[in-house]
Amino acid sequence: MIWQIEFVVLLIVLICGIAAISVRDLLGAAILFGAYSFMMCLLWAIMGAVDVAFTEASVGAGISTVLFVAAVFRTSRRTKD
Amino acid sequence: MKPAAIIIVLLFGALLGYAAMDFPPWGDPAAPASVHVSPYYIEHSLTQTSVPNIVTAVLADYRGYDTLFETIVIFSAGVACLFLMRVFRHTEPDSRMYRHLPSGITLRVAKGYAPPPESREFERIDLTWVPYNLVVKTTSRLIVPFSQLFALYVIAHGHHSPGGGFQGGVILGASIVLYAIATNMRASLARFSEKRAVGLCVLGVFIYAGTGVLCMLLGANYLDYGALAVLFAGDGVAARSHGILMVEVGVGITVMAVMVHLYYSLASSGRHDEGL
Amino acid sequence: MNDLFTLVVSKANYWMTIALMMVGLYAMIAKQNLVKKIIGMNILQTAVILFFITIGAKRDATIPIVKHGPDSHSQGLLAVDYINPLPHVLMLTAIVVAVSTLGVALALAIQIYRRYRSLDEEEILSQLKADTSEVNHG
Repeated sequence: MIWQIEFVVLLIVLICGIAAISVRDLLGAAILFGAYSFMMCLLWAIMGAVDVAFTEASVGAGISTVLFVAAVFRTSRRTKD
Repeated sequence: MKPAAIIIVLLFGALLGYAAMDFPPWGDPAAPASVHVSPYYIEHSLTQTSVPNIVTAVLADYRGYDTLFETIVIFSAGVACLFLMRVFRHTEPDSRMYRHLPSGITLRVAKGYAPPPESREFERIDLTWVPYNLVVKTTSRLIVPFSQLFALYVIAHGHHSPGGGFQGGVILGASIVLYAIATNMRASLARFSEKRAVGLCVLGVFIYAGTGVLCMLLGANYLDYGALAVLFAGDGVAARSHGILMVEVGVGITVMAVMVHLYYSLASSGRHDEGL
Repeated sequence: MNDLFTLVVSKANYWMTIALMMVGLYAMIAKQNLVKKIIGMNILQTAVILFFITIGAKRDATIPIVKHGPDSHSQGLLAVDYINPLPHVLMLTAIVVAVSTLGVALALAIQIYRRYRSLDEEEILSQLKADTSEVNHG
């Protein structure tokens, strides 16, 4: 496909991934992980894997993020690193 | 710990990078991954199973055993969560909160005292209560039925467009989770109780395994859908398409029930009384 | 020099995938919070799925849904026209397994918090050491 779009999405995926593990607030990390999931789904749709992208969109943005937020709600929100 | 981690990570990265130099260039049709078995699937799936979506045909028919065991994996994840977190003993909480709806006064009843009488004026609220939000509740009431309809469409239309059992099951589960988030968890438990969720988990796996046993009873191998032709009054090719639909329905039911059960357990940390 | 440059550029997808895998691996090893480790595990899983999808892509090929309908003639299907569907099938299973392990891992994390009141690896280890030394000496 158009390699410029693919390159930009790959870069955003990398930045979201690094940010999700460096942020000190666990709720922010959960939301960033949801964004990372959705950008991965876009990347797979660009590469032609439409079934896999559909599954990742519903699972990553729908269920994974909600489970993380529920777990952060039941435990603590701050983290030392 | 951190310097050791960085060294390990760089070492692994260098090893993988050295291995990646031998890979075929990206997008090569003659790459080794694309020349052995997949041309057979691409060329023959429409004529043998009458399902245009090659991924669904391979997933549910040619590699049906993998999908059966994957359904069992997700079922055991739901059961594992049940065993890990479920608190069965009903300990009375330290205090319960009630809200008098006409006047807006919040009551707090300590342990051991009698709660207010059951009437439409008193509403039990969670300890982490947020004010009633009209926008969230109305919007989710509009979205939930349409998203369930879309999920059923995705399951049924998995033969012709991207979709199938998993995607539809996850969207169905997510619609019930949306309802539980927008209203109370107790309201959602009243409509879709835990017993029903666990029962549906098991029902989905039974439907999938039962289709295989049905094929065996009709004389063919396990999960050989061509044998269902005697039931559907067609030829073997259309029977394979119907067999794929049956197992996709089973997979969708299990995935929906497990997603809902995971949310119930995690959001209330096993007690199933209040939640997000 | 020229072929080194083409080597790097033509396989840029693979380098990015390897970088993502290493980000996930680093988070699993070096971070002390349990939820961050779980996030690192998921990043590693999705990076591996990206790698498989990258292998199955083909230039100038369409998605693996056969053209059908009243306006398409029944000509022979050429395998070179369609993207390889086999990695997609395997990765559907991988995504479902990833979400199952995520659910069980978060349940374990909540149970650990219930018992030790902390999600930090070092605090839990020091509490465990205090518990076992109590059992040994007491």
